[in-house]
Parts: sequence; C-alpha cells; structure tokens
Amino acid sequence: MIQLSDLSKRYGKLQVLKSIDLSIDSGKITAIVGPNGAGKTTILKLILDLIKANEGSIRIDDKRIENDFKYRQHIGYMAQIARFPENLTVKKILTMIKDLREGRYKMLDEELIHQFDLKSEFDKQVKNLSGGNTQKVNASIAFLFSPKYLILDEPTASLDPIASSILKDKIKKEKEAGKTIILSSHIMSEVEELADEVIFLLEGSIYYQGSTEGLIEETGEENLERSIAQMMRGAEQ
Amino acid sequence: MRRDIAKIFKYEVQNILHSKWLIFYTLFFFLLTEGLFRLGGGVTKTSMSMMNVVIIVVPLFCIILGSMYLYNSREFIQLLLTQPIQRSSLFWGIYLGLSIPLVLAFTLGLGVPYLMHALQGGQDMSSFWALLGNGVLLTFIFVGVSYLIAIWFDDRIRGLAMVIGLWLFFAVIYDGLVLFFIYMFSDYPLEKPILGFVIFNPIDLARILLLLKFDISALMSYTGAVFEKFFGSNLGMGLSLAALGLWIIVPLGFALRKFMHKDF
Repeated sequence: MIQLSDLSKRYGKLQVLKSIDLSIDSGKITAIVGPNGAGKTTILKLILDLIKANEGSIRIDDKRIENDFKYRQHIGYMAQIARFPENLTVKKILTMIKDLREGRYKMLDEELIHQFDLKSEFDKQVKNLSGGNTQKVNASIAFLFSPKYLILDEPTASLDPIASSILKDKIKKEKEAGKTIILSSHIMSEVEELADEVIFLLEGSIYYQGSTEGLIEETGEENLERSIAQMMRGAEQ
Repeated sequence: MRRDIAKIFKYEVQNILHSKWLIFYTLFFFLLTEGLFRLGGGVTKTSMSMMNVVIIVVPLFCIILGSMYLYNSREFIQLLLTQPIQRSSLFWGIYLGLSIPLVLAFTLGLGVPYLMHALQGGQDMSSFWALLGNGVLLTFIFVGVSYLIAIWFDDRIRGLAMVIGLWLFFAVIYDGLVLFFIYMFSDYPLEKPILGFVIFNPIDLARILLLLKFDISALMSYTGAVFEKFFGSNLGMGLSLAALGLWIIVPLGFALRKFMHKDF
C-alpha cells in the first residue's frame, strides 16, 4: 500500500499539489486522470523520490521513503518521455540496468522484450531508434524485474495500436499476478478498460477517488469520458 | 555504495568514449605539442609554449563539454534515479565518469609527443610533469564547476551562457579587474589584497604554479611576482596547490548538496 499524507509541492510560486491525502491499495490498477498540469506526473515522481515534497510524507508498505533508496527495488517506472544515453545500444542499456539491480531482484521478466520484438533492435544505438521503439524499451525496463509496484506515466501515449494492446495485456496480466499498478492517462477508454480505481486530479487537489463504476454512476453519464468531462465542467463553474 | 559508483562510472565512460569531442580534444593537444617539438623546441621550450594553451584551453573545453554532457544526460540521470541507487553514488559516478576520460584524453594528447621526443635525449622532464599536473587539476576543477552550473540552472541556454561567461571571467576579465584595482588604489600597499585575489581564480593559480615551477620571473604576472616575493617558490607552490585543491572541493560540495535535493 502506498500512502500519501498531507503532501504539498510548489515550484516557486506555483502550487502544484495542495496537501493531498491519498492511499493506493495493493493489487489494484489505479489511474490518475485530470487535465494537463493537474499534477499527475508530480504525484508519480514524488512516489519515486525523483522530486521532493515541500510538506507531507509518503509511506510505502508502512515505511517512509525519505533517505531510503532501497525501496525502489520494488518499483518499475515508465516515464512519459524516456531518453537514454544516445551512444549506447539497446542491449547495453538493458545490460546496464540489470547490472545496477544485480542482487536486488528475484526474477527477470523479459516477456515484453520478446513481444515487442526488441531483439532485432538490440544492436542499434538509441539515437537511431524511433520514438515508439524508445518507448518500448522504456516499458520493457519498467516490467523487467517483476517489481511489486508499477508506476506508468501515460504508458501508451506514443505506442502504435499493436504495441499499445501488448502493453495493456501485460498490465492486466501483472494485476492478476497481484501487482500494484499506478498509471496516468488522458485516454479515458484505456482507463475504463484497465483501472479499478480512478483518482481525478484538478489543479493540485483530488476531486474524486473511487471505483470507475462509482464515478459513472455518480455522474449519471454513459461512460468514463463523459463523466470526467462533466466533472471538469462542474469544477469550472 | 562504492560498487554502485563503480558501475555508473563504467557505463558513463563507455558512453563518453564514443564522443567525437573527446577525440578532437586528444588530437588537438597531440598535434599542437607534436608540432612544437618538430619546430625545434626542446622539452622546456615546448612546455613554456604549451603553458598558456593548457591553462586556457583545458578550462574552456572541460567547462563546456562537461555542462553540455550533463544537460544532454538529464533523462539518463532520471532513469538511474528510478533505480535502487543512492543519489550520492550517482553523483560521484557521473563526476568521475566525466572527468577521468577528460584527464586521460589530455594526458594522452600531451604525453605521447613528449614520450616520442624527450625520452631519446634523456632531457629534464620536470616541466612536463608540472604541465600535466596542472592540466589534470584544472580538469577536475572545471568539470566540477560545470557540474554545479548544470545542476543549478535547469535551462541549458542560461547554463551554457553562464559557463562561457565564467570562463571568460577567469581567463580574461579577472586579470583586467585586478589591474584596474591596482591602478585605482596605487597609493596603498596592495600586496596582501592581491594575494587574496589570486585564490579566487583557479586559472591564475595554475599560471602562478607553472611560472614558479619554470622559474621565469620575466614572464611572471604582477600577482605571480608578488607571490614569489611573499612566499618564495616552495611555499608559494604549496599554497597555490592547496588553493587549487579547494577549488575542486568547494564547487563539488555545493553541487552535491544541490543534487541531493533537486527535483528531476
């Protein structure tokens, strides 16, 4: 379980998150949705300790994450835009990450590498990869160590339909295996397909947290996209 | 922790060894030194000519290449930070992985011509060692300074403007300011304040160190002359070495502190 308590983040004068309280259940897929700049990526990066909160705390499995780097061995992260050292080959990058995690994982999960057919790209330097293929490498790394928690920031945004369905199937499969998955997305059909829980974020505050069905029911709309749109309009007024 | 530093160092070196700029840097020193030898200079003469090249080019190259490299590897740093690695391990792995290839490139470019020409004659190599030592110190200093700037300024245009400005300041403007100061306050005893000024410019420190080593008072700048008069050669060299050491430690210390708390 991941718990965020009274979490605030400012960039200069801009308040990105306003004392957020949130607990994310284990074994579920939780989607964070909201307009651009609502603070979705900020929450994900705070959980990884990539950025530091101004106030509040984060606990993972009841342990505070500050000054503890080891908890990240249980996390796989897929950034919205990944860029790797451009002179290295795909193979080298995978070797490097494995080497860095050596002794800190139980098993390797190379299913995505096979399904994305990344082996044919192994000897290419990263600078010669297409955006979509870079994102496939990014996804493969997130799932590689079979981590307990998967944090995916707009995972399918730059993938083609085939790759996108492969990834979504993998996400579902990992959930069945008991993994906890947190993702952000703008694609509501995807959220509806994958997520058990939805967190709707607006201007740094949580507007709704609960099940996908609950949200649709509450707004009386026919699907998630319309429900979210209704909530956004409601918030504007 | 040491194991993580070594791993990051290893991959960083592999990455930077592919860089064309590093080859260019090595060739630059090689061709220039080799050229000076061929023009008939002996070891000491070549070292004297190379002195100004080393104290100007090494800082310029290190500060620009260092900051460019760091700006370009922002996403890579982010990727590594999502792994179970301590931030401080990453910090040191990157610093060493960047500065040691530069040290090696410089050593190779400068050293090979000396090896080819000087070893036959059994000439006095002390000027070469002084040059090499100073170049290595300047590399560690200016990679550290570029690191600090690249961490401090997120905007790379501002960062690059800052590193070029800083280099200009140390290499050119600083001496002008010191001279201006001397001119303005020529009625006062200025020797001690001047000594203080020198400490704040690593390029000046390296220049003084080399001039004291080469023992060429005719070429000595005002600050160098004051230095020698005040401390004598040996103490002067010891002090400037210590100050250069501080120039490695202090910027890196600030960079580390900033790095530990930075948002990526």
